[in-house]
Amino acid sequence: MNEWMFSLVILGGSLLAGLLGSLTGLGGGVVLVPMLAILFKVDLRYAIGASLISVIATSSGSAAAYVREGFSNIRIGMFLEIATTAGAIAGAWLATRVPTRSIAIVFSLVLLYSVYLSFGRHGEERVPDNPWSNRLKMNGTFPGMDGKEQHYAVTNISGGFATMFGAGALSGLLGIGSGAVKVLAMDNIMRIPFKVSTTTSNFMIGVTAAASAGIYLRRGYIDAPLVAPVMIGVVIGSLLGAKLLVKSNVKSLRIIFSVVIFALAVEMIYSGCMGKV
Amino acid sequence: MLLSVAVTFVGMSLYLWSSGPVHANYRMFGAGSRKLFDIGELLPNLLHGNPIALIQLGILLLVATPVARVAFLVVAFALERDRMYVAVSGLVLAILLYSLIFFR
Repeated sequence: MNEWMFSLVILGGSLLAGLLGSLTGLGGGVVLVPMLAILFKVDLRYAIGASLISVIATSSGSAAAYVREGFSNIRIGMFLEIATTAGAIAGAWLATRVPTRSIAIVFSLVLLYSVYLSFGRHGEERVPDNPWSNRLKMNGTFPGMDGKEQHYAVTNISGGFATMFGAGALSGLLGIGSGAVKVLAMDNIMRIPFKVSTTTSNFMIGVTAAASAGIYLRRGYIDAPLVAPVMIGVVIGSLLGAKLLVKSNVKSLRIIFSVVIFALAVEMIYSGCMGKV
Repeated sequence: MLLSVAVTFVGMSLYLWSSGPVHANYRMFGAGSRKLFDIGELLPNLLHGNPIALIQLGILLLVATPVARVAFLVVAFALERDRMYVAVSGLVLAILLYSLIFFR
């Protein structure tokens, strides 16, 4: 098939990936890379590069809205970004050293784990103000259900920091946003309210991805004609997903999505082991 | 403070949008045009109207967006006289710039 057709097909596929990712909160990256690598037979490195760029795109888009609505906690985000960006550089560096087969296997494991994570229960208890949370000015408020500002504090910051390094490394290595891991770190480990975790994670993702992007660019992982339709498709898809989110039955979607991801993960492990990737 | 940050965020997003969609229309028709990303070659290619260079420019702008966002935050924190977070965001900015410019 000629280039135009190919681009269009990729655009459509990326749109679907962005749509599903946004509807289920699992993110487009985890769908995108397997789809490109297995379905479209794109070299895994180009797939990761394209996914990384589109991750930046979707993150920048939604970040603005969340900050405006007062959910994201910028200080927490910035502080943890130190860990994620450092991790991202480590991950990207690893990506250039590790054979693609291993990357594929790691990817599948992360896929499976994200599915597991998405069904998890969220930490409900609020944490009282504590010295470190105060010292690092991480306490904050967010608009509660009744419209009143709800106060919260943060705990286990070092645990969160360490996890964020891992999240950044995964992002740099696999070209995904690692949103799920970031939310895990904030929600479960640091006991930050869920809505704050997800929105803060959103704006952190773009910064993290940018950290690994530079290395990818220099190593030639970014193939412009491939990235263009992917980026545009994913952005449109996630915008659509955000609009549809209100009207959709998320739970059943999530189950379908998880089955799909599970299948993709198995496929990837197989390809990785067989050396097909 | 939130307002200034929000404004810059919105500005960044719009900026990003303007560079995104343009590029699909400039896609070249023809196989085997996989040019490698070379910053040095970028400017002359652009001036020649090379469509791939245009896409590459768009990608560069996109990657620059979060970096600019962090830079804006450094300024915003400075304006709020929050020295601790000027340092924090400054550190993030340094890490970002390091990865983009110096890392081998």
